[in-house]
Formats: sequence, structure tokens, C-alpha cells
Amino acid sequence: MSAGRADAFALVTLALAALVAAPLIGLPLSFLFAPGGLAEFAGFVPEAALATLLLVLGVGAGTLVLGTALAALVSFCDFPGRGWIEWALVLPLAMPGYVFTLFALGLDVPGIRSTLGAVCVFTLVLYPYVYLLARAAFLAQSRTLIEAARGLGLSHRRAIARVGLPLAWPAILGGVALALMEALADFGTVNLLGVRTFTDAIYRVWFIAFDRDAAMQLATLLVSVTLTLLVLERLARGRARHTQLAARGDVVPPVRLRGLAAAGALIGPLLLVGFVVGAPLAQLVVWAAESVSEGLLAPEFATATRNSVLLALMSAVLVPTLAVVLAYGVRASRSRVAGVAGRTATIGYGLPGSVVAVAVIVPLGWLERRIDGLAGTGLLLTGTVIGLFYAYLVRFLALAWGAVEASLARIPSSLDEAARGLGSDRLDVLARVHVPLMRTGLATAALLVFVEVMKELPATLLLRPLGGDTLAIAVWQATSESLFETAALPALLIVLVGLLPVALMIRLSGRRGAELEAAQAAGAWAEEYEAVRA
Amino acid sequence: MSAVRLSGVAKSFGGAAAVRDVSLEVRQGELMAVLGPSGCGKTTLLRIIAGFEAPDSGSVVVGDELVAGPGRMVPPEKRRIGMVFQDYALFPHLSVEANIGFGLTSRPRERREALTRRTLELVGLQHKTASLPHQLSGGERQRVALARALAPEPEIVLLDEPFSSLDASLRAGLRREVELILREAEATALLVTHDQEEALSLADRLAVMRDGRIVQVGEPVEVYGHPTSRWAAQFVGEVNVLSGVATGAGVETELGAFDLRSPAEGPVHVAVRPEQLELTAAHESNAEVVAREFRGHDVLYRLRHEGGRTVIVQLPSLELYDVGARVFVRPARAAITSLVD
Repeated sequence: MSAGRADAFALVTLALAALVAAPLIGLPLSFLFAPGGLAEFAGFVPEAALATLLLVLGVGAGTLVLGTALAALVSFCDFPGRGWIEWALVLPLAMPGYVFTLFALGLDVPGIRSTLGAVCVFTLVLYPYVYLLARAAFLAQSRTLIEAARGLGLSHRRAIARVGLPLAWPAILGGVALALMEALADFGTVNLLGVRTFTDAIYRVWFIAFDRDAAMQLATLLVSVTLTLLVLERLARGRARHTQLAARGDVVPPVRLRGLAAAGALIGPLLLVGFVVGAPLAQLVVWAAESVSEGLLAPEFATATRNSVLLALMSAVLVPTLAVVLAYGVRASRSRVAGVAGRTATIGYGLPGSVVAVAVIVPLGWLERRIDGLAGTGLLLTGTVIGLFYAYLVRFLALAWGAVEASLARIPSSLDEAARGLGSDRLDVLARVHVPLMRTGLATAALLVFVEVMKELPATLLLRPLGGDTLAIAVWQATSESLFETAALPALLIVLVGLLPVALMIRLSGRRGAELEAAQAAGAWAEEYEAVRA
Repeated sequence: MSAVRLSGVAKSFGGAAAVRDVSLEVRQGELMAVLGPSGCGKTTLLRIIAGFEAPDSGSVVVGDELVAGPGRMVPPEKRRIGMVFQDYALFPHLSVEANIGFGLTSRPRERREALTRRTLELVGLQHKTASLPHQLSGGERQRVALARALAPEPEIVLLDEPFSSLDASLRAGLRREVELILREAEATALLVTHDQEEALSLADRLAVMRDGRIVQVGEPVEVYGHPTSRWAAQFVGEVNVLSGVATGAGVETELGAFDLRSPAEGPVHVAVRPEQLELTAAHESNAEVVAREFRGHDVLYRLRHEGGRTVIVQLPSLELYDVGARVFVRPARAAITSLVD
């Protein structure tokens, strides 16, 4: 029965959503079960709140100004080398905060161990979020609007300030919100720089005091900060919903810069990217070489590499697979419940790794004691990688889902029906039509998850089984002991892997223009598919 | 024997009735068209037969198997039905050959290959076996879609507006081609369209559909020549609806006397097609030419009759009348009309 099958898919979708959302919904319950849980750590909350507030304000302002200015520069001005600069400015995305911190600490930059230092580090590695979204918004603006403003007597520069910037405002705010979520989720940077934010407090309560209730309550507070931020972003965005896509070839014509201005436009961004990506990479190479030649390499380096790669590989298979099940369930059942379930299952993204770790450990521990009572299996869940995979699933399912869903949505439903009319049941349609057509999306999802798991620090740190150190943990540990040479090689590996998705994004975006144009001209979906596959 | 039989089928979406109490039979080997304006429920009807929608009530029998009815809903993949979609829905990642062979995986290999080869020959695409869908022309894509639906030897092939995404200039030729392929395969086909010319020229029988109901079923000549309702008469071509008084075998109207198909008495309305009227200059005039639409092989005149009504007349383009000319309009010889509401 087709109805029965569709319900089975909806059921799987619901189960996945419950699996992902339940621990997060359970977090606030800790206030009910252990009302005085935080009493012992009374000093932690105001301290963390202040540090987090300063961080949010500083990083918000920093990324807003830097990201928007750079986006405006490459969108509205033309200068030699613009094409390269446009993409070079994205590279800092590959630099995890804690790796840049390793570089800064190793060079002993004065004043780096402070809130201001953390603000600077985050601004430098997170501005690409604002830059990317602002640039996309600027490029989508129609020249007619700017020309209308100029016709009303504004200079080019003033027209951009009074029309171009306000139109891009929602996108810019969205970028700032993304950057702030990353900053709030970070643990490595703030911990290494001694800035006592919520993530750091969670770590100390958990590892030093072993107080799970207090950790859950701190995590709840951090989630509320994140949610407040999202609500504020929505409010600030207000009713502004400027969706206007310029017809192709109809973008605002950039102003040609000459002489000193052109040189500045080229050299400024180059220096920035050189400082954020080039210099640390060079320094890491030097340190790594020293560590190898002088035998300073941590003895666990091989194990950590193996652990990192294995964890990342297995997650890269597991998470996209479940994302396909989820997305397909939503598509197959076509019911509103499944749609809501799909959205629920993706709320884990943007939540800090430490929050997710705290959220999953409690239900897992409970389940583990039940199973242990029955079968005597000991620490089956929390003592093994199962807990870790669970946390990765909660945290990264949305990432994979985004990529998978986007490619699934492009498959017209008449293909499903054609296949079914030819005798395929739903699973057969998935295997013979959808999966082959989603290959690009699946590969993207797998790559994103792989890289994120390689970089992930706090959840891995809190949930790893004994002897389960990863590259990220090795970097953090060695850096916190000021063993910069020891930290260099694992850090180098993480940055190099992190460059993969950035390179992929640049490649895809570079082609996107021509590809979309062809697809629009032909009005055919098949063409676009072929272009992506080729 | 019927290939598909619908009895009392109804379907509504959120309170809006799409199909109301439709009973219809498609005979084995015939080419049937469901003709109706957009939104009349014809595509829903097709999807109910294919199994993509479940009817709220009524039953669907394919071959001799009840596939939808009270307490029974056979999924589409088990219905032995071939479907040709409006956008063809070819699998973009599969070659022409793999597209055609898609529905044959459950058969033994030799059988599969034989069927694929035979179908490829049937649609004349032997030289394109390895091509991908995007490398084909619109007409070729359509033939692949048709071949893919025919290959598993279904009980019936359903075609959803199969010519609507083609250029008007290509349509007539492809229509003929599709018809030949279907006839050669001795397939039973049900085609849904809003194009009356397409339905009239292609189908063995056609069903006219309006607001979810089938209002008339019959051969094209029958439906065109003897519509049973004013709406059907107007939808399937141009028509003059005249009022008159019936006296047994004939009817007297303001334009003159017509033969009636079935005898009647008293005041009636009859449907008179534009080609059932003729113009002559011989008598004193009773109408004036208001507009003239020259269509090459024929001409459509719009006249104002002395009684005040507008009359449309279609004539061969042998002799032309100018706008403003005074003419005499009268029934053509052998003009037989039908009563309408």
C-alpha cells in the first residue's frame, strides 16, 4: 500500500527529528531537577555573561565593518586583480580560531590574552561570513536602482551609501548573526586566550568539578543567548525583505579605480589575507619542520591523525545518509508533520559543540545505565564513540541536510512518478533516480561534514573515549602548554583539510554565473544538471 | 473488452471538487482523448488512473483488476500503466536506452534487451541509444518518453498534454507520429488535452469534460456534429446557437429551415456550425458582413443578421465578400442539426 509506505517514511523522519531534538529540549529541564545546581558556581554566570556580551559586541562590530567594507570594495569598484581578491578574501574561512590563536600566541603578540585579543582573532577569521552574504546581496542589486538614485542627483558613492547599503542590510545582518553564532560556539580560542565565556565555563564545570547539572544549566543559558541573538537579528531586519534579483548582466557597473586607489584596493586585502592565512601557514610549516627534525612531535600524533580521519570519514558517511533519509521522508510523505519534523531535526546547527555534548550525554548516560542493568555492558554509549557520533549527528545534520535538500528539491516530482509508473517502489526510486541525481549534493554534504568533524574541538573534547585524542585536541593541548612546535603539524593538517570546501565553494561560485545563465536561457533543468556533473 | 473502466469516481482537494462522479470506459486498442478546459479535472482523472491520487469514492479497474475502490489502493508501480508526462520526465542521468529499459528490470535479460530494441525501432531512435536526454530535440525527447512508457507493454498508456510543450509548428507533425507509433504498437491510450483540434484529429473517441464531470462521450464526428449541450458545442469549435420551432423532422429558425437529427416538437435551441450556413448574392440581402477572418483555405465571416443577432459563417476562400457587403445567409444543403439546452 502506497499510503502505508509513505507513513513509514514519515515515521522515520519523526524518529530522526526526535533523536536530534530531544536532548536539546531536555536541557532546560535541568533547572527543574536540580534547582540549586549553579549555586556552587555562582561566580561563573556573571563572569561568563560579561565576557560573552563584550565578545558579541566586539565581534559584531568588527565583522560588520570589515566584512561590509571589503564586500563593497570588490562589488562596486574595479581594479587590477579584483577577480583574485574577490576569492582570496574567503580563505580565512579555512582557518579555525584556535589555529590562528596558536600562531598569535606563538609569536607572543602583546595583549593577545584578553577579551580584546579574542575579539580581534574572531573578527579576522569570521568576517568572511559577512563578506560573502553582503557581496551576494550587492551583486544581486539592479543597476536601475542605482541609476534612478543618480538621476535624482546623487553621486555614485552617495547612491551606493543611500540605496545600495540599505538594500543589502538584511543580508549583512544575517552574516553578522552567523559570525556571532560561530564566536559563541567557539571553545578553543577563548580557552587558550583565557577569556572566560560560557563555553569555557561549561568546560570547567564539567571537567574540573564533574557537575553535569551545572553544566546543563550553563548550556541552557548559552542557548538562550544564541536564541536571543537570532530573535534580535529578525527584529533588526524588520519588515525589510528586499528580494530583488537583477536580470543577468544587469548588475551595478563598478567604478574603475586608478593609481594609488587601485594599488590600495589590491594591497590592503592582500595584506589582510596574508596575515590571517599566509603568515600562519608559513609559520606552521616552519614549526612543523622543527618539530619533526628535533623529534618534538607528540608521540600520539599518529594515533590522533588516525582517530581524526576515522571519525571524520565515518561521520561523512553516517550524517549525509541520515540526511538523505530525512529529506526523502519529508518529500515522500508530503505531510505537514514531516515538514515540521524536517525543520526540527536541523535545529542542532549553530548550537555550540559543548552545548550539544552536554545535551546528549545525560540521556545517553540514562539509557546506558538501563542497558547495563539488563546486559551488563558497562559504559556502552558514553564511554565509546557512539556518544561522539550522536553529538556530531545533532550538530552537523543540518549542514548535510542543506546540501542534500537543495539537490533533492531540484528533482521534479514527475521523475518520481515516471519511475513509479514504470514499476519502481519508493526505495527503488531513491536508489535508481534520486541518489544518482544527487551525487553532487551528497559529495558536498560528505565533504562539509568531514571537514567540520576534523576541526571540531569542544564536543570531541568532552565526549571522546579514553585514548581518543584527535588532531584538534592535540593542537589545543599542545598550545595550552605552550608547545607551539608540537601543535604545528596537526594544526597544519587541519587548515589544509579546511581549505578543501573553501576551494570547492570558489570553484562552484566561479562557474555559477555562466551555469545559471545557460539554465535560464534553455529553461531546462537537465542542462543545469549536466553542467554540474561535468 | 475494456482496458480501463472508471465507475462513479470522485475526488476533491480540501473541499474543492476536482472530479465528480465520473464513469468512463476505454476500450482495448482504442485511442481516447479527454478534452476539457484547464482546471476541469482531466489531469486529476489521469493521475487517479495512474495511482498517484486515491479517489474519494468510486472504483478504477485496469484490465480485469480492481486497482482502486473501497478499501483497495494498488500503488502505481503495480498497475501496468504507462505514463507520458507533460515535461516528459526523462531521467537526465540515463541514456536513451537506459531510460527505455528502466521499467524492465524485473524481466530476464534477453527479454529486456529484446523489448528495448524493439521499442527503440518502433520510435525510430536506434541511432540515439547512447544519447543523454539533454542532447535530444523536443520531438526526440517525446518519442523516448513514449517508448519508455510502451516498453513494459502496459495495459494502457496515459498521455498528459503531450504536445503542449512543443512549438506550434512542430505539433501537427508530431501528433501524427505519435498516433502512428501508438497504432503500430497496438496500444490502448488515453490522452488528456485542452486542444480541441488535437482531440478531434487524433482520437477514436473523445470525452468532453467540464467542472469535473464528463458531459459527452463519442466519436469526434459525433461530438462535433451533434453536441448534446450548448457548452460542449461551444467548446468543441465555433457554433451558432439558434432558437426555433420544431415540427417533427425539421426546425424553423430565423435563418431558415434545418433538418433535425431526432424528431421534436415545440420551441427549441439548435446548434448550427458555421460551415452549415452558406452565403449567396442572388437573393435580396438579409445580413451585412461585419468582420472577415481570412484563414487561407477558408474564411470566417461575422455577419449582422437583419433580426439583430450575430451569425458566423465559414466558407471556402473561393469567393470573397468585403466587410460591409450585403449578403443573403441561409442553411447549406444537407444541414442536420441537434438540439441543445
